[in-house]
Amino acid sequence: MMSRDIIDVKAETSALNTQKMWVIMGPQHPFSHGLWTLKAQLDGEIVVDAEPIIGYLHRGWEKECENRTYPKIIPMADRLCYAASMTYTHLYCMTVEKALGIDIPEKAKYIRIMADEICRIQSHLMWLAAVGTDLGNLTVFLWAMREREFFMDLNVRMCGARMTTNFPRIGGVRNDIDDEFAMFATRCVERFEKALWDIIAMVDDSSIFVSRMKGTGILTRERCANLGITGPAMRGTGVDFDVRRDDPYDNYDQMDFVVPVLKDGDSYSRYRVRIEEMFQSCKIIKQALQKVKAIGRNAPYRLKVPSKVPAGRAFMRMEDPRGESMMYLVSDGSEKPYRLKVRSPIFVNVSAAKPLVQGCRIADVPAVMAMIDMCLGETDR
Amino acid sequence: MADEIYQAPSVQEISDLLTDKFSGKVEITRTAERRVYAKAEKDSIYEVCRYIHDNLTFEQATSIMGNDMKDHMEVIYHLSNYFTGVMIELTVKLPADDLHIRSVAEIWGGGDWHERETYELFGIIFDGHPKLKRLLTPDTYEFYPFRKSYKLRGQE
Repeated sequence: MMSRDIIDVKAETSALNTQKMWVIMGPQHPFSHGLWTLKAQLDGEIVVDAEPIIGYLHRGWEKECENRTYPKIIPMADRLCYAASMTYTHLYCMTVEKALGIDIPEKAKYIRIMADEICRIQSHLMWLAAVGTDLGNLTVFLWAMREREFFMDLNVRMCGARMTTNFPRIGGVRNDIDDEFAMFATRCVERFEKALWDIIAMVDDSSIFVSRMKGTGILTRERCANLGITGPAMRGTGVDFDVRRDDPYDNYDQMDFVVPVLKDGDSYSRYRVRIEEMFQSCKIIKQALQKVKAIGRNAPYRLKVPSKVPAGRAFMRMEDPRGESMMYLVSDGSEKPYRLKVRSPIFVNVSAAKPLVQGCRIADVPAVMAMIDMCLGETDR
Repeated sequence: MADEIYQAPSVQEISDLLTDKFSGKVEITRTAERRVYAKAEKDSIYEVCRYIHDNLTFEQATSIMGNDMKDHMEVIYHLSNYFTGVMIELTVKLPADDLHIRSVAEIWGGGDWHERETYELFGIIFDGHPKLKRLLTPDTYEFYPFRKSYKLRGQE
Protein backbone atom coordinates (compact mmCIF):
# COMPACT_ATOMS: atom_id res chain seq x y z
CA MET A 1 0.00 0.00 0.00
CA MET A 2 2.81 2.32 0.94
CA SER A 3 4.66 1.98 -2.35
CA ARG A 4 1.56 2.73 -4.42
CA ASP A 5 1.02 5.77 -2.27
CA ILE A 6 4.47 7.15 -3.09
CA ILE A 7 4.04 6.54 -6.81
CA ASP A 8 0.72 8.41 -6.80
CA VAL A 9 2.26 11.43 -5.11
CA LYS A 10 5.21 11.46 -7.50
CA ALA A 11 2.91 11.44 -10.50
CA GLU A 12 0.92 14.28 -9.01
CA THR A 13 3.93 16.53 -8.42
CA SER A 14 5.39 16.02 -11.87
CA ALA A 15 2.07 17.13 -13.35
CA LEU A 16 2.09 20.27 -11.21
CA ASN A 17 5.39 21.39 -12.74
CA THR A 18 6.36 23.67 -9.86
CA GLN A 19 9.69 25.36 -9.28
CA LYS A 20 12.10 23.46 -7.08
CA MET A 21 12.82 25.11 -3.76
CA TRP A 22 15.56 24.82 -1.12
CA VAL A 23 14.33 24.49 2.47
CA ILE A 24 16.92 24.97 5.18
CA MET A 25 16.23 23.03 8.35
CA GLY A 26 18.50 23.93 11.24
CA PRO A 27 20.84 24.55 12.97
CA GLN A 28 18.17 25.42 15.53
CA HIS A 29 15.29 23.23 14.55
CA PRO A 30 13.19 20.80 16.60
CA PHE A 31 14.17 17.90 14.38
CA SER A 32 17.94 18.38 14.48
CA HIS A 33 18.66 17.26 18.11
CA GLY A 34 21.78 19.34 18.25
CA LEU A 35 23.38 21.85 15.97
CA TRP A 36 23.38 20.80 12.36
CA THR A 37 21.63 21.83 9.19
CA LEU A 38 19.85 19.85 6.54
CA LYS A 39 19.35 21.64 3.26
CA ALA A 40 16.59 19.93 1.37
CA GLN A 41 15.51 20.68 -2.18
CA LEU A 42 11.81 20.15 -2.67
CA ASP A 43 9.76 19.42 -5.73
CA GLY A 44 6.28 20.04 -4.41
CA GLU A 45 6.32 17.93 -1.29
CA ILE A 46 8.97 15.42 -2.36
CA VAL A 47 12.64 15.82 -1.39
CA VAL A 48 14.77 15.57 -4.52
CA ASP A 49 18.13 16.65 -3.16
CA ALA A 50 19.59 17.14 0.28
CA GLU A 51 22.82 18.25 1.85
CA PRO A 52 23.76 17.98 5.52
CA ILE A 53 25.99 20.69 6.98
CA ILE A 54 27.90 20.05 10.20
CA GLY A 55 30.78 21.64 12.06
CA TYR A 56 29.03 24.02 14.44
CA LEU A 57 30.45 22.10 17.40
CA HIS A 58 33.95 21.44 16.09
CA ARG A 59 36.42 22.03 18.90
CA GLY A 60 39.53 20.27 17.61
CA TRP A 61 39.26 17.33 19.97
CA GLU A 62 41.96 15.28 18.26
CA LYS A 63 44.42 18.18 18.18
CA GLU A 64 43.67 18.98 21.81
CA CYS A 65 44.66 15.41 22.75
CA GLU A 66 48.13 15.91 21.31
CA ASN A 67 48.67 18.47 24.05
CA ARG A 68 47.71 16.27 27.01
CA THR A 69 49.17 13.30 28.86
CA TYR A 70 47.41 9.97 28.41
CA PRO A 71 45.35 9.89 31.65
CA LYS A 72 44.14 13.44 31.09
CA ILE A 73 42.32 12.40 27.92
CA ILE A 74 39.92 10.09 29.81
CA PRO A 75 37.58 12.86 31.06
CA MET A 76 37.72 14.44 27.61
CA ALA A 77 36.65 11.18 25.99
CA ASP A 78 33.57 11.22 28.22
CA ARG A 79 32.46 14.41 26.57
CA LEU A 80 32.53 13.02 23.04
CA CYS A 81 29.09 11.58 23.54
CA TYR A 82 27.22 12.63 26.63
CA ALA A 83 24.36 10.14 26.22
CA ALA A 84 26.67 7.12 26.41
CA SER A 85 29.85 8.48 27.92
CA MET A 86 31.44 5.23 29.06
CA THR A 87 31.70 3.72 25.62
CA TYR A 88 34.17 6.27 24.27
CA THR A 89 36.24 6.22 27.45
CA HIS A 90 36.28 2.44 27.22
CA LEU A 91 37.41 2.62 23.60
CA TYR A 92 40.17 5.09 24.41
CA CYS A 93 41.46 2.95 27.29
CA MET A 94 41.39 -0.17 25.11
CA THR A 95 43.39 1.59 22.40
CA VAL A 96 46.09 2.71 24.83
CA GLU A 97 46.19 -0.76 26.41
CA LYS A 98 46.66 -2.27 22.96
CA ALA A 99 49.54 0.12 22.31
CA LEU A 100 51.05 -0.79 25.69
CA GLY A 101 50.49 -4.48 24.97
CA ILE A 102 48.93 -5.28 28.32
CA ASP A 103 46.05 -7.56 29.26
CA ILE A 104 43.73 -6.18 31.91
CA PRO A 105 42.19 -8.22 34.77
CA GLU A 106 39.14 -10.32 33.96
CA LYS A 107 37.02 -8.52 36.49
CA ALA A 108 37.65 -5.14 34.88
CA LYS A 109 36.59 -6.55 31.52
CA TYR A 110 33.22 -7.66 32.85
CA ILE A 111 32.66 -4.40 34.72
CA ARG A 112 33.38 -2.52 31.50
CA ILE A 113 30.97 -4.70 29.57
CA MET A 114 28.32 -3.97 32.14
CA ALA A 115 29.02 -0.24 31.99
CA ASP A 116 28.83 -0.33 28.20
CA GLU A 117 25.51 -2.08 28.15
CA ILE A 118 24.02 0.27 30.75
CA CYS A 119 25.10 3.12 28.50
CA ARG A 120 23.63 1.40 25.46
CA ILE A 121 20.24 1.16 27.13
CA GLN A 122 20.47 4.80 28.25
CA SER A 123 21.37 5.93 24.78
CA HIS A 124 18.61 3.93 23.12
CA LEU A 125 16.06 5.26 25.61
CA MET A 126 17.20 8.80 24.93
CA TRP A 127 16.73 8.06 21.22
CA LEU A 128 13.27 6.63 21.85
CA ALA A 129 12.32 9.76 23.79
CA ALA A 130 13.57 11.93 20.94
CA VAL A 131 11.63 9.92 18.37
CA GLY A 132 8.54 10.30 20.52
CA THR A 133 8.73 14.08 20.44
CA ASP A 134 9.61 14.09 16.74
CA LEU A 135 6.48 12.17 15.89
CA GLY A 136 4.26 14.02 18.32
CA ASN A 137 3.83 11.35 20.94
CA LEU A 138 4.80 13.01 24.21
CA THR A 139 3.91 10.03 26.40
CA VAL A 140 6.68 7.98 24.80
CA PHE A 141 9.08 10.78 25.65
CA LEU A 142 8.04 10.85 29.30
CA TRP A 143 8.01 7.08 29.74
CA ALA A 144 11.36 6.55 28.06
CA MET A 145 12.97 9.32 30.11
CA ARG A 146 11.53 7.81 33.28
CA GLU A 147 13.06 4.42 32.49
CA ARG A 148 16.35 6.07 31.65
CA GLU A 149 16.44 7.61 35.11
CA PHE A 150 16.77 4.16 36.72
CA PHE A 151 19.84 3.44 34.62
CA MET A 152 21.26 6.82 35.55
CA ASP A 153 20.90 5.73 39.16
CA LEU A 154 22.84 2.59 38.32
CA ASN A 155 25.61 4.82 36.96
CA VAL A 156 25.64 6.71 40.24
CA ARG A 157 25.91 3.49 42.22
CA MET A 158 28.68 2.25 39.99
CA CYS A 159 30.89 5.32 39.88
CA GLY A 160 29.24 8.32 41.52
CA ALA A 161 28.29 10.35 38.45
CA ARG A 162 25.24 10.39 36.23
CA MET A 163 26.38 11.46 32.78
CA THR A 164 30.09 12.20 32.39
CA THR A 165 31.24 9.24 34.41
CA ASN A 166 35.05 9.24 34.09
CA PHE A 167 35.03 5.56 35.06
CA PRO A 168 37.25 3.31 32.89
CA ARG A 169 40.98 3.67 33.40
CA ILE A 170 43.97 2.64 31.34
CA GLY A 171 44.56 -0.81 32.84
CA GLY A 172 41.13 -1.41 34.32
CA VAL A 173 38.35 0.58 35.94
CA ARG A 174 38.44 3.21 38.66
CA ASN A 175 36.64 1.27 41.38
CA ASP A 176 35.19 -2.14 42.06
CA ILE A 177 31.45 -2.63 42.22
CA ASP A 178 29.96 -3.65 45.54
CA ASP A 179 27.40 -6.33 46.40
CA GLU A 180 24.69 -3.74 46.66
CA PHE A 181 25.24 -2.77 43.05
CA ALA A 182 24.57 -6.31 41.88
CA MET A 183 21.31 -6.31 43.80
CA PHE A 184 20.17 -2.97 42.41
CA ALA A 185 21.26 -3.79 38.89
CA THR A 186 19.35 -7.07 38.84
CA ARG A 187 16.25 -5.37 40.16
CA CYS A 188 16.54 -2.47 37.71
CA VAL A 189 17.06 -4.73 34.70
CA GLU A 190 14.21 -7.05 35.61
CA ARG A 191 11.91 -4.12 36.13
CA PHE A 192 12.96 -2.59 32.84
CA GLU A 193 12.30 -5.75 30.85
CA LYS A 194 8.68 -5.49 31.91
CA ALA A 195 8.40 -1.73 31.55
CA LEU A 196 9.76 -1.79 28.01
CA TRP A 197 6.74 -3.84 26.97
CA ASP A 198 4.49 -0.95 28.02
CA ILE A 199 6.38 1.39 25.72
CA ILE A 200 6.35 -1.13 22.86
CA ALA A 201 2.62 -1.63 23.26
CA MET A 202 2.00 2.10 23.15
CA VAL A 203 4.18 2.68 20.09
CA ASP A 204 2.93 -0.27 18.10
CA ASP A 205 -0.69 0.54 18.89
CA SER A 206 -0.30 4.08 17.64
CA SER A 207 -1.10 4.23 13.95
CA ILE A 208 0.48 7.70 13.73
CA PHE A 209 3.77 6.31 14.91
CA VAL A 210 3.81 3.16 12.82
CA SER A 211 2.51 4.57 9.56
CA ARG A 212 5.13 7.32 9.59
CA MET A 213 7.94 4.84 10.14
CA LYS A 214 6.86 2.04 7.81
CA GLY A 215 8.15 2.35 4.29
CA THR A 216 10.20 5.53 4.78
CA GLY A 217 13.95 5.95 4.47
CA ILE A 218 14.42 2.72 2.54
CA LEU A 219 17.93 1.67 1.55
CA THR A 220 19.16 -1.60 0.11
CA ARG A 221 21.70 -3.69 1.97
CA GLU A 222 24.50 -3.03 -0.55
CA ARG A 223 23.90 0.71 -0.64
CA CYS A 224 23.82 0.89 3.14
CA ALA A 225 27.12 -0.99 3.43
CA ASN A 226 28.73 1.15 0.76
CA LEU A 227 27.66 4.39 2.41
CA GLY A 228 29.33 3.24 5.62
CA ILE A 229 26.20 3.40 7.75
CA THR A 230 26.82 1.36 10.90
CA GLY A 231 25.05 0.36 14.06
CA PRO A 232 21.33 -0.31 14.50
CA ALA A 233 20.57 1.66 11.32
CA MET A 234 22.72 -0.81 9.39
CA ARG A 235 21.30 -3.90 11.07
CA GLY A 236 17.81 -2.67 10.30
CA THR A 237 18.85 -2.64 6.64
CA GLY A 238 19.98 -6.25 6.52
CA VAL A 239 23.74 -6.11 7.13
CA ASP A 240 24.46 -8.88 9.60
CA PHE A 241 27.42 -7.44 11.46
CA ASP A 242 28.11 -6.50 15.04
CA VAL A 243 31.61 -5.75 16.28
CA ARG A 244 30.75 -7.31 19.64
CA ARG A 245 30.07 -10.66 17.99
CA ASP A 246 32.23 -10.66 14.84
CA ASP A 247 35.35 -8.89 16.09
CA PRO A 248 35.05 -9.26 19.88
CA TYR A 249 36.92 -7.05 22.29
CA ASP A 250 37.32 -7.47 26.05
CA ASN A 251 35.22 -10.52 26.97
CA TYR A 252 32.26 -10.17 24.63
CA ASP A 253 33.10 -13.57 23.13
CA GLN A 254 32.17 -15.12 26.50
CA MET A 255 28.71 -13.57 26.43
CA ASP A 256 25.62 -15.20 25.07
CA PHE A 257 23.48 -12.75 23.10
CA VAL A 258 21.70 -12.45 19.78
CA VAL A 259 22.34 -9.73 17.21
CA PRO A 260 18.98 -8.60 15.83
CA VAL A 261 18.98 -8.14 12.06
CA LEU A 262 15.97 -7.13 9.97
CA LYS A 263 15.88 -6.98 6.21
CA ASP A 264 13.10 -4.47 5.52
CA GLY A 265 15.46 -1.51 5.48
CA ASP A 266 12.93 1.12 6.50
CA SER A 267 12.63 3.28 9.60
CA TYR A 268 10.34 0.83 11.34
CA SER A 269 12.87 -2.01 11.17
CA ARG A 270 15.58 0.31 12.53
CA TYR A 271 13.26 1.10 15.42
CA ARG A 272 12.63 -2.59 16.06
CA VAL A 273 16.33 -3.43 15.99
CA ARG A 274 16.99 -0.85 18.69
CA ILE A 275 14.17 -2.16 20.87
CA GLU A 276 15.50 -5.71 20.56
CA GLU A 277 19.02 -4.51 21.35
CA MET A 278 17.79 -3.15 24.67
CA PHE A 279 16.48 -6.60 25.62
CA GLN A 280 19.80 -8.16 24.61
CA SER A 281 21.70 -5.57 26.67
CA CYS A 282 19.63 -6.58 29.71
CA LYS A 283 20.64 -10.17 29.07
CA ILE A 284 24.33 -9.23 28.85
CA ILE A 285 24.19 -7.17 32.07
CA LYS A 286 22.73 -10.12 33.96
CA GLN A 287 25.40 -12.48 32.62
CA ALA A 288 28.19 -10.04 33.44
CA LEU A 289 26.90 -9.69 37.00
CA GLN A 290 27.11 -13.47 37.39
CA LYS A 291 30.64 -13.54 36.04
CA VAL A 292 31.81 -10.76 38.37
CA LYS A 293 30.25 -12.62 41.28
CA ALA A 294 32.03 -15.83 40.28
CA ILE A 295 35.42 -14.08 40.10
CA GLY A 296 35.10 -13.05 43.74
CA ARG A 297 35.40 -9.91 45.78
CA ASN A 298 39.15 -9.60 46.24
CA ALA A 299 40.19 -10.07 42.63
CA PRO A 300 42.15 -7.18 41.09
CA TYR A 301 40.26 -4.71 38.94
CA ARG A 302 43.03 -2.36 37.87
CA LEU A 303 46.65 -2.61 36.84
CA LYS A 304 49.39 -0.09 37.31
CA VAL A 305 50.50 1.08 33.90
CA PRO A 306 53.51 3.11 32.77
CA SER A 307 52.85 6.74 31.89
CA LYS A 308 54.79 6.51 28.63
CA VAL A 309 53.50 4.51 25.70
CA PRO A 310 56.17 2.88 23.51
CA ALA A 311 56.50 4.24 19.99
CA GLY A 312 54.15 2.53 17.59
CA ARG A 313 50.62 2.42 16.31
CA ALA A 314 47.49 0.75 17.55
CA PHE A 315 43.81 0.85 16.75
CA MET A 316 40.70 -0.62 18.26
CA ARG A 317 37.10 -0.60 17.20
CA MET A 318 34.00 -1.17 19.23
CA GLU A 319 30.24 -1.23 18.94
CA ASP A 320 28.99 2.09 20.20
CA PRO A 321 25.22 2.40 20.80
CA ARG A 322 25.07 4.37 17.54
CA GLY A 323 27.41 2.37 15.37
CA GLU A 324 30.98 1.39 14.93
CA SER A 325 33.50 3.69 16.56
CA MET A 326 37.22 3.42 16.18
CA MET A 327 40.33 5.08 17.58
CA TYR A 328 43.75 5.09 16.01
CA LEU A 329 46.73 6.02 18.13
CA VAL A 330 50.16 7.04 16.88
CA SER A 331 52.67 7.18 19.70
CA ASP A 332 56.21 8.54 19.60
CA GLY A 333 57.31 7.12 22.94
CA SER A 334 56.54 10.20 24.98
CA GLU A 335 53.78 10.67 27.54
CA LYS A 336 51.52 12.46 25.09
CA PRO A 337 49.94 10.94 21.99
CA TYR A 338 51.44 11.98 18.67
CA ARG A 339 48.10 11.64 16.94
CA LEU A 340 44.76 10.25 18.08
CA LYS A 341 42.07 9.77 15.47
CA VAL A 342 38.44 9.16 16.34
CA ARG A 343 36.14 7.50 13.86
CA SER A 344 32.69 8.57 14.87
CA PRO A 345 29.75 6.50 13.62
CA ILE A 346 27.37 9.44 13.29
CA PHE A 347 29.86 11.43 11.22
CA VAL A 348 29.50 8.81 8.49
CA ASN A 349 25.83 8.05 9.08
CA VAL A 350 24.83 11.68 8.64
CA SER A 351 26.84 11.95 5.43
CA ALA A 352 24.33 9.45 4.03
CA ALA A 353 21.46 11.86 4.67
CA LYS A 354 20.92 12.52 0.97
CA PRO A 355 20.22 8.92 -0.10
CA LEU A 356 18.13 8.42 3.03
CA VAL A 357 15.72 11.29 2.53
CA GLN A 358 15.68 11.43 -1.26
CA GLY A 359 12.25 10.58 -2.56
CA CYS A 360 10.39 10.88 0.71
CA ARG A 361 8.08 13.70 1.72
CA ILE A 362 9.35 16.70 3.66
CA ALA A 363 7.13 15.73 6.59
CA ASP A 364 8.88 12.36 6.82
CA VAL A 365 12.38 13.86 7.02
CA PRO A 366 12.35 14.17 10.85
CA ALA A 367 11.22 10.55 11.21
CA VAL A 368 13.87 9.26 8.81
CA MET A 369 16.71 11.27 10.29
CA ALA A 370 15.65 10.36 13.84
CA MET A 371 16.56 6.75 13.05
CA ILE A 372 20.20 7.85 12.70
CA ASP A 373 20.18 9.01 16.35
CA MET A 374 22.17 12.21 15.98
CA CYS A 375 24.78 13.16 18.52
CA LEU A 376 26.81 16.20 17.55
CA GLY A 377 29.47 15.91 20.27
CA GLU A 378 31.10 12.98 18.49
CA THR A 379 30.23 14.05 14.96
CA ASP A 380 32.04 17.37 15.03
CA ARG A 381 34.66 16.44 17.59
CA MET B 1 41.28 -12.07 -17.02
CA ALA B 2 38.25 -12.37 -14.80
CA ASP B 3 39.34 -12.39 -11.20
CA GLU B 4 37.72 -14.63 -8.68
CA ILE B 5 35.47 -12.99 -6.13
CA TYR B 6 36.01 -13.92 -2.51
CA GLN B 7 33.15 -13.14 -0.18
CA ALA B 8 34.84 -14.08 3.07
CA PRO B 9 38.61 -14.26 2.49
CA SER B 10 40.83 -15.30 5.37
CA VAL B 11 43.78 -13.22 6.55
CA GLN B 12 46.20 -15.60 4.81
CA GLU B 13 44.25 -15.44 1.53
CA ILE B 14 44.14 -11.65 1.64
CA SER B 15 47.88 -11.27 2.16
CA ASP B 16 48.68 -13.85 -0.54
CA LEU B 17 46.28 -12.34 -3.07
CA LEU B 18 47.45 -8.77 -2.49
CA THR B 19 51.11 -9.77 -2.73
CA ASP B 20 50.47 -11.77 -5.92
CA LYS B 21 48.33 -9.24 -7.66
CA PHE B 22 50.22 -6.08 -6.74
CA SER B 23 53.81 -7.21 -6.32
CA GLY B 24 56.02 -4.22 -5.74
CA LYS B 25 53.04 -1.93 -5.13
CA VAL B 26 51.63 -3.43 -1.94
CA GLU B 27 53.75 -4.72 0.89
CA ILE B 28 52.20 -6.71 3.74
CA THR B 29 53.98 -5.52 6.87
CA ARG B 30 52.34 -7.85 9.37
CA THR B 31 49.21 -9.83 10.05
CA ALA B 32 47.33 -10.60 13.24
CA GLU B 33 44.04 -12.23 14.11
CA ARG B 34 41.45 -10.59 11.83
CA ARG B 35 43.94 -7.85 10.87
CA VAL B 36 46.09 -7.24 7.81
CA TYR B 37 48.56 -4.35 7.87
CA ALA B 38 49.91 -3.24 4.55
CA LYS B 39 51.77 -0.41 2.85
CA ALA B 40 50.72 0.74 -0.59
CA GLU B 41 52.24 2.92 -3.28
CA LYS B 42 50.59 6.27 -3.81
CA ASP B 43 50.03 5.86 -7.56
CA SER B 44 48.31 2.48 -7.35
CA ILE B 45 45.93 3.24 -4.48
CA TYR B 46 42.85 3.39 -6.68
CA GLU B 47 43.46 -0.01 -8.32
CA VAL B 48 44.30 -1.61 -4.97
CA CYS B 49 41.14 -0.23 -3.38
CA ARG B 50 39.06 -1.25 -6.38
CA TYR B 51 40.39 -4.79 -6.10
CA ILE B 52 39.84 -4.93 -2.33
CA HIS B 53 36.27 -3.70 -2.76
CA ASP B 54 35.25 -5.71 -5.81
CA ASN B 55 37.11 -8.99 -5.39
CA LEU B 56 37.72 -9.28 -1.67
CA THR B 57 34.24 -7.88 -0.72
CA PHE B 58 35.42 -5.20 1.66
CA GLU B 59 32.16 -3.29 1.59
CA GLN B 60 32.96 -0.51 3.99
CA ALA B 61 35.70 2.08 4.38
CA THR B 62 35.63 2.41 8.15
CA SER B 63 38.00 5.31 8.26
CA ILE B 64 40.31 7.35 6.08
CA MET B 65 42.67 9.56 8.03
CA GLY B 66 45.69 11.75 7.59
CA ASN B 67 48.81 11.82 9.69
CA ASP B 68 51.57 14.41 9.65
CA MET B 69 55.00 12.83 10.22
CA LYS B 70 56.74 16.24 9.79
CA ASP B 71 58.98 15.17 6.85
CA HIS B 72 56.14 13.46 5.01
CA MET B 73 52.40 12.90 5.29
CA GLU B 74 50.47 9.67 5.48
CA VAL B 75 46.98 8.64 4.49
CA ILE B 76 45.74 5.59 6.37
CA TYR B 77 42.78 3.54 5.16
CA HIS B 78 40.90 1.11 7.36
CA LEU B 79 38.70 -1.22 5.33
CA SER B 80 36.39 -3.82 6.75
CA ASN B 81 34.63 -6.95 5.61
CA TYR B 82 31.16 -7.64 6.96
CA PHE B 83 31.34 -11.42 6.58
CA THR B 84 34.47 -12.16 8.58
CA GLY B 85 35.20 -9.05 10.66
CA VAL B 86 38.65 -8.77 9.02
CA MET B 87 40.15 -5.31 8.71
CA ILE B 88 42.84 -4.14 6.31
CA GLU B 89 45.00 -1.19 7.27
CA LEU B 90 46.58 0.44 4.23
CA THR B 91 49.21 3.08 4.81
CA VAL B 92 50.22 5.37 1.97
CA LYS B 93 53.18 7.72 2.18
CA LEU B 94 52.89 11.15 0.59
CA PRO B 95 55.98 13.32 0.05
CA ALA B 96 55.63 16.74 1.66
CA ASP B 97 55.95 18.58 -1.66
CA ASP B 98 53.25 16.59 -3.51
CA LEU B 99 50.15 16.14 -1.37
CA HIS B 100 47.95 14.65 -4.07
CA ILE B 101 46.27 11.26 -4.00
CA ARG B 102 43.48 9.66 -6.01
CA SER B 103 40.11 9.78 -4.28
CA VAL B 104 38.31 6.53 -3.42
CA ALA B 105 34.95 8.20 -2.76
CA GLU B 106 33.44 6.59 -5.85
CA ILE B 107 34.36 3.12 -4.58
CA TRP B 108 33.05 3.64 -1.06
CA GLY B 109 30.37 6.28 -0.65
CA GLY B 110 31.23 6.48 3.03
CA GLY B 111 34.74 7.62 2.17
CA ASP B 112 33.43 10.94 0.89
CA TRP B 113 33.35 12.84 4.16
CA HIS B 114 36.46 11.14 5.52
CA GLU B 115 38.39 12.56 2.58
CA ARG B 116 36.86 15.98 2.98
CA GLU B 117 37.85 15.98 6.62
CA THR B 118 41.39 14.89 5.83
CA TYR B 119 41.63 17.61 3.19
CA GLU B 120 40.55 20.41 5.46
CA LEU B 121 42.61 19.35 8.46
CA PHE B 122 45.83 18.32 6.67
CA GLY B 123 45.66 19.91 3.24
CA ILE B 124 45.91 16.59 1.42
CA ILE B 125 44.19 16.90 -1.95
CA PHE B 126 42.11 13.98 -3.15
CA ASP B 127 42.00 14.09 -6.94
CA GLY B 128 38.65 13.20 -8.40
CA HIS B 129 36.66 13.86 -5.24
CA PRO B 130 33.12 15.06 -6.06
CA LYS B 131 33.14 17.99 -3.64
CA LEU B 132 36.40 18.80 -1.90
CA LYS B 133 35.35 21.64 0.39
CA ARG B 134 35.78 22.42 4.05
CA LEU B 135 33.41 20.51 6.29
CA LEU B 136 34.09 21.08 9.97
CA THR B 137 36.03 24.36 9.93
CA PRO B 138 34.76 27.66 8.48
CA ASP B 139 35.18 28.21 4.75
CA THR B 140 37.35 31.25 5.42
CA TYR B 141 40.16 29.27 7.08
CA GLU B 142 43.40 29.53 5.18
CA PHE B 143 45.42 27.09 7.26
CA TYR B 144 45.32 23.37 8.00
CA PRO B 145 44.96 23.03 11.77
CA PHE B 146 46.02 19.41 12.28
CA ARG B 147 49.44 19.83 10.71
CA LYS B 148 52.28 19.71 13.19
CA SER B 149 53.45 23.13 12.00
CA TYR B 150 50.23 24.58 13.45
CA LYS B 151 50.98 24.99 17.15
CA LEU B 152 48.49 25.12 19.97
CA ARG B 153 49.02 27.18 23.10
CA GLY B 154 51.32 25.10 25.30
CA GLN B 155 53.09 23.42 22.37
CA GLU B 156 55.80 26.14 22.37
